[in-house]
Amino acid sequence: MTQQALLSPEVVIQEFKSNGITHVVYLPDSETNWMYQLMEAEPSLDLIPVTREGESVAIAAGILAGGKKPVVLIQNTGLFESGDSIRGLALDCALPIVMLIGYRGWTRHGATPDSAARFTEPILRAWGITYYLVEHDGDANRISLAYQEADRTNMPVVVLVGDEYHGFNR
Amino acid sequence: MINQIDLMRLVDQYRDDGIVVPTMTGSRGWNIVSSNKNRDVPLGGAMGKASSFALGVALAQPDKRVIIFDGDGSLLMNLGSLVTIADKAPKNLYHFVLENGVYAVTGGQPIPGSTKLSFAGMAKEAGYPTSFEFDDLEEFASRVAEVMNSEGPVFICVKTTPEIQNEPMGLRKPSGLKPTKTAIRDLKHDLGLWD
Repeated sequence: MTQQALLSPEVVIQEFKSNGITHVVYLPDSETNWMYQLMEAEPSLDLIPVTREGESVAIAAGILAGGKKPVVLIQNTGLFESGDSIRGLALDCALPIVMLIGYRGWTRHGATPDSAARFTEPILRAWGITYYLVEHDGDANRISLAYQEADRTNMPVVVLVGDEYHGFNR
Repeated sequence: MINQIDLMRLVDQYRDDGIVVPTMTGSRGWNIVSSNKNRDVPLGGAMGKASSFALGVALAQPDKRVIIFDGDGSLLMNLGSLVTIADKAPKNLYHFVLENGVYAVTGGQPIPGSTKLSFAGMAKEAGYPTSFEFDDLEEFASRVAEVMNSEGPVFICVKTTPEIQNEPMGLRKPSGLKPTKTAIRDLKHDLGLWD
């Protein structure tokens, strides 16, 4: 059965705009693919597609060093791929990079057959990275909370985007 | 073969008020040559990611020249960044690769493909509008103005003399390099960006 999208791309883009985001560093994934058309149409956002997720954190670090405000938009599988960049740049250099992570395998019921979901939160906890879960429009202001947290602590913060649209693994 | 210090002295004459991102062996050389350390970000910690970091800086500071001194082994760890950089095509980005053919900081083991690949060729095919290769200092000196006045992204592969470190890590002299975290802070101060 097709499930209605509960997290509107318009609401997420508005969160980006209200937080002054200038650059979106991204690699398309199944959980956030509905955002791309709107992002491309938004003149305040410079989109930077990458070939592999490990690039994304390093590019975002450079954007921050240059005085602009990025968001990283990748899937949790790409979060694993980005590990050394997160460690060596975002954490060791204390950079307030906010990452929106497509939560592949998220079921809300705890049990999941997808190891991508099983490892996501334990790895974030191991890195000591604060994270928020966003599943629908009512949660979207957690993106603003993530930016506030990142700015306050000078540390990276993750927003996990729950899989409300496609309904995988239900 | 070109000594990296000789190369860097020529490049420094064209940095203007630009930002320089060296990595690995190039960081040690640039630390000797640089005329403005407040705008240098020696990138350690995330191996192979100097090109990606510099792309971010170049996009955030489009009016400043941004120069990378990448390593050949480093770029091999992040070859996709050639495509990403060529796609965004920042006009202010100058991407040097110091090709010494070895992993110099780990004792001089050859990089994969060292006798077969062409970095300048890969950059060109990835979409860099301009790509150079030099193995002679005099030739580079005669063309450095052309290189640095070309519109970016410009790729410059330079065949350099290996400076191999083979001592146990605990016996090596301190590099004297500024930590990346400190360098980013100093850059933001110097650009007037610190909040």
